[in-house]
Amino acid sequence: MKPENLPEKLRETYNRLDKKGKQEFLDDYQKASVVTGEAVGTVAAQSIGEPGTQMTLRTFHYAGVVELAVPLGLPRLIEIIDAKRTPKNPIMTIFLDKNHSKDKEHAEKIAKKLHEEYLKDVCTISIDVKKKALRVETKDEEAEKIIEKLTEKKGDNGVFSITEKSLSELKKLKNKLEKKRLIGVKGIQRTFVREYHGEYVIYAEGSNLKAVLNIEGVDKDRTTTNDIFQIYETLGIEAARNAIIVEAKKVLDEQNLEVDMRHIMLVADQMTVTGEVQAVGRTGISGAKESVLARAAFEETEKHILNAAIYGEIDTLDGVAENIIIGQPIPVGTGTVELAVKPMKSKKDKK
Amino acid sequence: MGSKLKNALVPKHEILDEKKSEKILKFYNITPNELPRMLKSDPAIRELNPKVGDIVGITRISPTAGNAFYYRLVIEG
Repeated sequence: MKPENLPEKLRETYNRLDKKGKQEFLDDYQKASVVTGEAVGTVAAQSIGEPGTQMTLRTFHYAGVVELAVPLGLPRLIEIIDAKRTPKNPIMTIFLDKNHSKDKEHAEKIAKKLHEEYLKDVCTISIDVKKKALRVETKDEEAEKIIEKLTEKKGDNGVFSITEKSLSELKKLKNKLEKKRLIGVKGIQRTFVREYHGEYVIYAEGSNLKAVLNIEGVDKDRTTTNDIFQIYETLGIEAARNAIIVEAKKVLDEQNLEVDMRHIMLVADQMTVTGEVQAVGRTGISGAKESVLARAAFEETEKHILNAAIYGEIDTLDGVAENIIIGQPIPVGTGTVELAVKPMKSKKDKK
Repeated sequence: MGSKLKNALVPKHEILDEKKSEKILKFYNITPNELPRMLKSDPAIRELNPKVGDIVGITRISPTAGNAFYYRLVIEG
């Protein structure tokens, strides 16, 4: 154990001690670490599972920002652990860089730029069935230009009348116009500027990390999202691991449930061990186990046993579940140790 | 040589040279295949031009253990 590997809080205490105390401190710290063979996974599962039973089953809590619905409680925890591609309520916290973080106007300007606006938000589009024409009304000058570009027709004071041969083509055109994005970042529906610890922060409903990070004036260092999969795609597997820890901890803290960080870290480590974010469950970690018996004991028993029979899989009986099935001592705790014999030369050979 | 990606969520990544890799494998008494994996196309190491089979050393800032060291094997993907 090296003193520089101590957590910061402990290092302060450590530095105050004399030489003898320092050694004792390190020894105690070493003793407190997990023993080889300890069933950390089982302990972690129970430590997260038990508080989970006390969590509110359905909560839409308002964390900090009043306008944003942040899903917390059990549904959100399940979302994280199941590694869902997109969360139910994606939310971004966008920090601004040092030069602009104190400027409210600037923050609002960026917030407005982020928020996506479609043509249908600024115009009224209606189909005139009799005349077989599409009527588009708008007061927005920007929108007018875009409509002109799309339909190649001149508008009269913001009113367009476009005729097409058939109704189906009119509908197609209407859909095309409605889906045209005027400004903003794809996926971000609403934005709010709020003061947070003396600086202005933009909260956004909807998430698009990759695009937001490329916008000028945004602090690339601190800006985050609650969409773990987006973090994985833009920042990599290690960032995803950190995000899982942060998000899971946030949910548990919000409900005043005390779960040790280490349990969550273990889960996050397992979820990211293959280099991709895996769910805990039959599609992810449990489904990727090596042992046939362990997989069959979990879910989809017939499928695994049948496939094992077809492909001639061999079970080496290294894990816990399979050894319980067979009725052998399990490789946990004292069971991890196998008998090792160092062959010595017999007395006769020595002579 | 570290990752150029700047975000509070991304810890320091570096590709270990052969000598260091060997030292780590010997220390933990493992083969490279027993290490956790990491895709070659991972955004955090893309700029470091990793090769398949490289070992990436990651220095995590752990809330419980100060600086924690973690190693990942680069795989195709």
